[in-house]
Amino acid sequence: MLETLQAVWGSIPELLQIVLKIVVIVVPIMLSVAYLTLAERKVIGYIQVRIGPNRVGPRGLLQPIADGLKLVLKEIIVPTNANRFLFILGPIVALAPALAAWAVIPFDETLVLANVDAGLLYILAMTSLGVYGIIIAGWASNSKYAFLGALRSAAQVVSYEIAMGFALVGVLIAAGSLNLREIVLAQQGSFLHWYWLPLLPLFLVYFISGVAETNRAPFDVAEGESEIVAGFHVEYSGMTFGLFFLAEYANMILVSALVAIMFLGGWLSPFEGIPVLGEALAWVPSIFWLLAKISVFLFLFLWFRATFPRYRYDQIMRLGWKIFIPITIVWLLVVGAAVLAQIGPWFD
Amino acid sequence: MNVITNYFKSLLLWELLIGLKLTGRYFFAKKITVQYPEEKTPQSFRFRGLHALRRYANGEERCIACKLCEAVCPALSITIDSAQREDGTRRTTRYDIDLFKCIYCGFCEEACPVDAIVETRLFEYHFESRDGTVMTKDKLLAMGDRYEKEIAADRAKDAAYR
Repeated sequence: MLETLQAVWGSIPELLQIVLKIVVIVVPIMLSVAYLTLAERKVIGYIQVRIGPNRVGPRGLLQPIADGLKLVLKEIIVPTNANRFLFILGPIVALAPALAAWAVIPFDETLVLANVDAGLLYILAMTSLGVYGIIIAGWASNSKYAFLGALRSAAQVVSYEIAMGFALVGVLIAAGSLNLREIVLAQQGSFLHWYWLPLLPLFLVYFISGVAETNRAPFDVAEGESEIVAGFHVEYSGMTFGLFFLAEYANMILVSALVAIMFLGGWLSPFEGIPVLGEALAWVPSIFWLLAKISVFLFLFLWFRATFPRYRYDQIMRLGWKIFIPITIVWLLVVGAAVLAQIGPWFD
Repeated sequence: MNVITNYFKSLLLWELLIGLKLTGRYFFAKKITVQYPEEKTPQSFRFRGLHALRRYANGEERCIACKLCEAVCPALSITIDSAQREDGTRRTTRYDIDLFKCIYCGFCEEACPVDAIVETRLFEYHFESRDGTVMTKDKLLAMGDRYEKEIAADRAKDAAYR
């Protein structure tokens, strides 16, 4: 059975194989994005002592399908004075990097689409590209609110990019590799060997910057419903708006996955190295641990949104430039010293 | 000293953690949503909803066309015409309440000397065309006939406080 399957797989042309692999990754991501929107409404509802959507399908489980269907069926209105080509290009540019970055994410020790040696660099490049979608959309809309939103978003993303980059440099120094798979393997041992402990400040800075990078509450001035209507996507409707929505949520999942991989040992079991429990839970497929870690961070995203009021714009800039960047630089020195001194159990 | 503690408090996100703790507690709290069509919030017997004209037990309409309700109505939503009936009593020939003007204040009910015009507890109604927005005498009497039991029970409950 297995051999015939392998033979069939081998007979498919390589290009088609790659396309199939991409589909296998993208479809679950899209599904998780859909259900993340439901989870968000449910979690925020629960925190506000409400029930959340529960009318469409059992327990509201078909709500994201209904929402998606509505968006697909709605008319796409292009404003008369908008640049038509860029207006349509904007949402596509926003979504594409969020999906492309998944190519180098290792789901377990062998399960990765492209085992690139410069994976971390690729990730950094892809997550920064997303802002172009927002800038293009804001400019092409030819509307002052959209333009203001795009400006805010661009400045914000650029500021947090630096802190994020520095946090990644810390991981890179600690692991001695840009390959995401090797970064995870370098954290092997137990959950105390994971990088969240030696790189704790970088871990927090990275996650908070990730929240800022995805323009999520409390850093969502780019949307700023209460002051600039909806920011960069005011003029968008139907599926073009839907693409921005998909991009935002896909980015949330991506940031969560990156945090899990770089600071929480990716697919490694948290019970590894614990005498009895570790062996008792060895049968659990390692991808499960990665998904569990991603889910925890996604829940944090939703929890933040339900808790924190929006930062003022100058506060966001102050946090990025005057707090996060100094913290990361200082901690880079500490990590560098620790690696030189080969302090165990992480750097020996 | 205070400056230093404050500095570390803000650096370590102390207040944000307190906020998260608070919302986290509410996440597990009992949900207070009332799922409307199936569940309803309790309603007072003094609730002021759609209007009705009542009749006496013998079937005679209560309204004597005194026009006190028309006079007291702050929104000028009531229009009454009256004439003498064959038996010599004074009756309304037209009793219209414009539901677009009505503010459901209940003054008509208070003003009525014979408890003819009342507001029922019915609040779930809609119009499908523009002509439906005026409650005519026929509609008001029909409402009264239909909900007389509930109306009478509510008035009896309220009587103790008058």
